[in-house]
Amino acid sequence: MGVVFEDDVSGAWNEMFSAPGQPRPIYERLLADLNAYQPQELRLRSEQLAHTFIDRGVTFAHSGEERPFPLDLVPRILGALEWDRLSRGIAQRVRALEAFLADIYGEGRIFDEGLMPRRVVTSSPHFNRAAFGITPPNGVRITVAGIDLIRDEHGNFCVLEDNVRIPSGVSYVIENRRAMTQAFSALFSDHRVHPVDSYPSRLFAALLAAAPAKAQDPVIVVLSPGVFNAAYFEHVLLARMMGVELVEGRDLVCRSNHVYMRTTNGERAVHVIYRRVDDDWIDPLQFRPDTVIGVAGLVNAARAGNVVISNGIGNGVADDKLVYTFVPEFIRFYLGEKPLLDNIETHRLEDDEARAEVLGHLERYVVKPVDGSGGKGIVIGPQATKTELKALAKEVASAPRNFIAQRPVALSTHPTFVDESIVPRHIDLRPFAVNNGEEVWVLPGGLTRVALGAGELIVNSSRGGGSKDTWVLNDESIPFRGAVPPASARSRRYSGPPRQNDEYIFEQGEQ
Amino acid sequence: MSERGMLSRLAESLFWIGRYIERADDTARIVDSYVHRMVEDPFNDESATCRSLFAILGIEVESERLRTSETLQTIAYDIENPNSIAGALNGAFENARRSRDYISSEMWVALNTTRNELPKREKRARDLGPSTYLTYVRERTSLLAGLTDATLSHDDGWRFLVLGRNLERIDMTARLLRGRVVSEDNAPDWMAFLRASGAMEAFMRNTREINDANGVAAFLMLDRLFPRSVLYSLNLADECLVEIQPISQRISSGDVARQALARARGTLEFIDPRQLIDQLPELLEMLEATCFRITDAVTDRYFRHEEAVVWHMEEGL
Repeated sequence: MGVVFEDDVSGAWNEMFSAPGQPRPIYERLLADLNAYQPQELRLRSEQLAHTFIDRGVTFAHSGEERPFPLDLVPRILGALEWDRLSRGIAQRVRALEAFLADIYGEGRIFDEGLMPRRVVTSSPHFNRAAFGITPPNGVRITVAGIDLIRDEHGNFCVLEDNVRIPSGVSYVIENRRAMTQAFSALFSDHRVHPVDSYPSRLFAALLAAAPAKAQDPVIVVLSPGVFNAAYFEHVLLARMMGVELVEGRDLVCRSNHVYMRTTNGERAVHVIYRRVDDDWIDPLQFRPDTVIGVAGLVNAARAGNVVISNGIGNGVADDKLVYTFVPEFIRFYLGEKPLLDNIETHRLEDDEARAEVLGHLERYVVKPVDGSGGKGIVIGPQATKTELKALAKEVASAPRNFIAQRPVALSTHPTFVDESIVPRHIDLRPFAVNNGEEVWVLPGGLTRVALGAGELIVNSSRGGGSKDTWVLNDESIPFRGAVPPASARSRRYSGPPRQNDEYIFEQGEQ
Repeated sequence: MSERGMLSRLAESLFWIGRYIERADDTARIVDSYVHRMVEDPFNDESATCRSLFAILGIEVESERLRTSETLQTIAYDIENPNSIAGALNGAFENARRSRDYISSEMWVALNTTRNELPKREKRARDLGPSTYLTYVRERTSLLAGLTDATLSHDDGWRFLVLGRNLERIDMTARLLRGRVVSEDNAPDWMAFLRASGAMEAFMRNTREINDANGVAAFLMLDRLFPRSVLYSLNLADECLVEIQPISQRISSGDVARQALARARGTLEFIDPRQLIDQLPELLEMLEATCFRITDAVTDRYFRHEEAVVWHMEEGL
């Protein structure tokens, strides 16, 4: 008997067990494999994982310190069927959000049809008038999307939020898998897990497809704010794996609406910028004038069609949590389809009736700022103090547009290795989708984030969260891998001069 | 040079990675030779020896009376000082961070682990003496040099790195020799210098006259085959510059860096080796100036990037 799994008590959906001691079929194999390890052995492997991350500099910057993003060694498993449904739902959502962005930065049909008040969009903090008139050559504004999902108490996946500005975290998916295959190679020979390393080439192909038509041999770059950015490691990894330059604002210059990078051999034209710099900071002529990490003139160059900024300017309006409440309607309106993934039940607080209900029972709701990310500003009613709720009520009453209220959902739990025992911890899932203009491809799995504190519901890395390798199992039978080549086909190798007999030399010398 | 060139910022980072790794290595060697002298020679003046060490490394000191321990603190362990060993390794690390998508993962991991390990080595050196630290640094810099040559494509980026490495090597060998010239009494003897440069064995294989100061200086300055000699490094640096910017016109376009290099090479190529020791002070001065001039010229030509532009809102509108 190896590891002991602590039973779940919280009433949340347990990903691994359907009842105490009853593993779900998809986890049976993994459980048997893990049970073969002694807790001590798991701790050693866990330390080894952390060590390789520090050596390789797989870290995120938090409060000026480089920290590794803790990788939990119990992987999360998603079955082929379930994944198929999820990935179709994600792709559908991305297509709908694309249509929405094209519409609001274009003719505005959705307002004319009365499905959504224009004011919802124009009052969003991330709605950018600068985005009008920038037409992406292949229609893609969302090259990369990160759609955050959670599983509720009944086992249903729901969308928590959409991230179509600069979603980050995909580098951990790639690095986690690399580390796990090294530390636990035996687990992988027992499971057929979808690989994740094709992401960079998918992204590269999508960026290439997004290039201006007139660019003969498009030059793609990754634009990073620089080494002090929390996600710098990811920018490096993507640039390296795509084989493109990683640039900072000071490497680029705009002239006559063309963008160039400064090289040792003069200036070289740039056609597609996969930017990891927020709208606010990207162009001092359009947005914050005090930025030094952006490039002056970039937005005009994009408007002139000489460069493509990816993800698009002004996408943030689709991440707005009030806009989120309309996404199921977008799917019906723009695509004529039935939504495959549900939203969490959400109240729009500008609605008088809803606001009265929520303000009357704040302790029953989770209240979120509409433009927050990284768990910032979220108040979980059932866990908040009276003073916190009072302050919140005042804020909501004075600016209802800035908040939404949701039913508190107990995020599903997953067995997680903490202090030599395996205990249930809350998790979520961020799958990554890449849109090349013809199809939306979803990276199998995605980033499972885990809140490492007992009962903690916020999983973000900035709040001490960790992550799990996320496996999507493949149903197909294992293909024939080919036999060992016959001895005659193996190449011969030469060695150095034949060794002399040491004993013989010794005897000769001593006589 | 490839037609497309490479990012100027990247080229600059690589140049400095080359310089800083070499600086850490050479400083460790020089400190090693001085530490030996302080430990082994009971008659030596500790303060004066430390002062001469500071002088050749180009570090200003204020205190009157210098002790070995504080000297080591400044020259070896002080991470804030870009001329110290730890500071140079940190400089290499910071530049590697900025060029992490270009250098190989193996180089990055080697630099990153060195940086993480260094404080532990420093702690141990305080108990066991500096030589464990110095040995560790030399091992790591050798590893990094090996990885540079074995895991990077030998393209322009690599050439900038090798150029930086060789300029630093010229500068450091010149400084090492200058220690002998400016403070004869308090500097280690010629043999210690050879040992410090890793040149002892190569030198011995070439000559029988181990006490010939002129011979040692000539070996470190003029040998065509020993990779740490000044002339060897000048030749390599020139090769890098030629490959980065091949001459395509019939009339030279006036490359300031190559001009400075050519002048230094010419002087060394045609000097009478027997007279070398007499001319050493002027030659060393010339070499230091040459390194400065080349660095400036390369910076102007390849790394120039405008100052960051800050935009202000117009007022009164």
